[in-house]
Amino acid sequence: MSDHEEHVIDRESGTMGMWLFLFTELFLFGGLFLVYAVFRYMHPAEFHEAGLELDTFVGTLNTVVLLISSMTVAMSITAVQKKNNALALGLLAITTILALVFMVNKYFEWTHKFHLVIYPGSPVLENMERGELLFYGLYFIMTGLHALHVIIGLIVLFFAGYGIMKGTVTSERTLLLENAGLYWHLVDLIWIFLFPLMYLIT
Amino acid sequence: MTQSEKYTHVSYREHQGKYKGIMAWLTTTDHKRIGLMYLFGIAVFFCVAAVLGLLMRIEKIAPGETIMDAATYNGIFTLHGVIMIFIVVIPGIAAVFGNFCLPIMIGAKDVMFPKLNLLSWYIYVIGAILGVLSQFMGDGPPDTGWTFYVPYSAEANSNVVIALTAAFVLGFSSILTGLNFIVTIHRMRAPGMTFFKMPLFPWSLYATAWIQVLATPIVGITLLMVIAERTLHIGFFDPALGGDPLLYQHLFWIYSHPAVYVMILPAMGVVSEIFPTFSQKPVFGYTAIAISSLAIAVVGYFVWGHHMYTSGISYYSRWFFSFLTFIVAVPSAIKVFNWISTMYGGSIELRTPLLYAISFIFLFLIGGFTGLTLGALATNVHVHDTTFVVAHFHYIIFGGMGFAFFAAMHYWFPKMYGRMYNEKVANLAWGFLFVGFNVLYFPLFIIGLQGMPRRYFDYLPKFQTGHVISTIGAFILITGLIIMIANLIRGVRKGAYASANPWKGVTLEWQIESPPTLLNFDKVPEIKHPPYLFKKETEA
Repeated sequence: MSDHEEHVIDRESGTMGMWLFLFTELFLFGGLFLVYAVFRYMHPAEFHEAGLELDTFVGTLNTVVLLISSMTVAMSITAVQKKNNALALGLLAITTILALVFMVNKYFEWTHKFHLVIYPGSPVLENMERGELLFYGLYFIMTGLHALHVIIGLIVLFFAGYGIMKGTVTSERTLLLENAGLYWHLVDLIWIFLFPLMYLIT
Repeated sequence: MTQSEKYTHVSYREHQGKYKGIMAWLTTTDHKRIGLMYLFGIAVFFCVAAVLGLLMRIEKIAPGETIMDAATYNGIFTLHGVIMIFIVVIPGIAAVFGNFCLPIMIGAKDVMFPKLNLLSWYIYVIGAILGVLSQFMGDGPPDTGWTFYVPYSAEANSNVVIALTAAFVLGFSSILTGLNFIVTIHRMRAPGMTFFKMPLFPWSLYATAWIQVLATPIVGITLLMVIAERTLHIGFFDPALGGDPLLYQHLFWIYSHPAVYVMILPAMGVVSEIFPTFSQKPVFGYTAIAISSLAIAVVGYFVWGHHMYTSGISYYSRWFFSFLTFIVAVPSAIKVFNWISTMYGGSIELRTPLLYAISFIFLFLIGGFTGLTLGALATNVHVHDTTFVVAHFHYIIFGGMGFAFFAAMHYWFPKMYGRMYNEKVANLAWGFLFVGFNVLYFPLFIIGLQGMPRRYFDYLPKFQTGHVISTIGAFILITGLIIMIANLIRGVRKGAYASANPWKGVTLEWQIESPPTLLNFDKVPEIKHPPYLFKKETEA
């Protein structure tokens, strides 16, 4: 606002604020990971059984997709720093496409589960063992919350790209893009933990 | 002391920005205006919840149904708890006086993220509105109590989801404020102000902000899980859906116990400012007070289990949590000793803020010692879920945080408005509040020990004497509140103009105009001394 035109958020403060926010996000998911750990400890065999049901191939594919998208975001920051805005926008576009690929995979994975009548509150699920019920509950809420973060990340990346086009993100002022990148790495990082816990430890 | 002439500078309250009138406030990014906007919100909700509290007291003046039935009573104590905890006390001092004073006290022009600061206020308002709406929408007011214990909160037919969402949204606001303060303290201190030259109120806000950032997300996800349980039938906590209710209690208290320190730490910071000023003497044990704030924040993270002694946790974890509960009392006691030592040998001026600060110590001591009674395993089992607990946490939260809030209000009032309230009336109001408070809550200790359960709208006739005394106390307390609020409002409108430094304080906020200009400082101050250097010491 006009009263504070001279108020500039320097880069170090901006990233510091972002890191603090990322901590809160980690703690948010940390609560779910804690619940996962407790229930896995209580029902190891049933978690094992239920985990076999998930498609490891799709999970691996999505992991690779997200890892590459993290790389392209990091590259786009370097591109802006080197004043190559066209390349930076291109790399952000690739990131967006990869994120959409991730979401489409996720969509097919979930609809497949729905076909098997596995969704929260479904009759099949309610007749399962307690541990399997909890596993699927955690599966849906954790991947669901993660997918929500992918969408938020996409919106943030969009604003960063818009900033490059409008000239508010420049080689001198990369804060917005850097923070968007940090957020995107968080989305990636959480998936790196979700993937083995859900798909691999069986 | 006071001056008859109106100040001549353009203060933050009169400054003309892009917009005029109410819009100038709703779009402001000025930390002082945002602080005042929090003050208005908190004051309104405090009055609402106080009236609800009074209604509960009237209901309990006689056994059986007096003015409301059991279901209404359950709804009212839930709303009283939700409003007081999430809307009034948790943001409380940090949001109002933290916003107003923190940048000034560290010699900055604003917080680091002014727009985010305004956003936090809007999120707060949305959360507060949701909290109130939950009472009137859907299937009747939530009746779970502010703790939302499952399985009842997962199964109750009342309007729990909106109340949960409200608490979640308010938590988000709290996180953003904490984040803002941490970065502000790290990055915006005036040249020369090292961490250990910072006044103690910013120190307490710093410790508070870390708790807000690190603990609030846990309750956020926990409330989301209960929402998922109610809407999607994903059962984490409801045994009928495969879950474990004890897990809910753990996750809830992992946040909600540190939240108690979010309430009390800024209160301790306020009185740490008031004692040196009204004793005209540097605070005793500056470093000890500063470090004990951090110690409380750290240890306070690991005592949540003392809410669950009777919930069926193992013997060893009960032992562990009880031990840590005793440990966390140590830094609080260090502070109390330091405040009292600060007054020793000082030239004490018994003004309204000091009255509140001294009564803070008195009430906080009673609350603290009864806290140890509850923290000890053997006595806890006896008084668990009785009005003893109710009395204990009201002594801490209202007697502690509430009285410190009033102390801060009377201390920084001349800085906020550039005017003075009538001090005689203010002292009278303090008298009513202090007497009313003790008459209201002390009998609850006694009938609690005798076995009066909490959250009951009805009771056996043998408890009636205690309840009647308590209800009389409630009326005295409300009278005090009315006098205090009326006096403050009159002070804002018609009070005598205050000088820039009416209390002869030495921290930075007293070195600038009352009320401050928009940018607080004409030029960035340079800090060369420790924070509490009064005249006597400078000469020596």
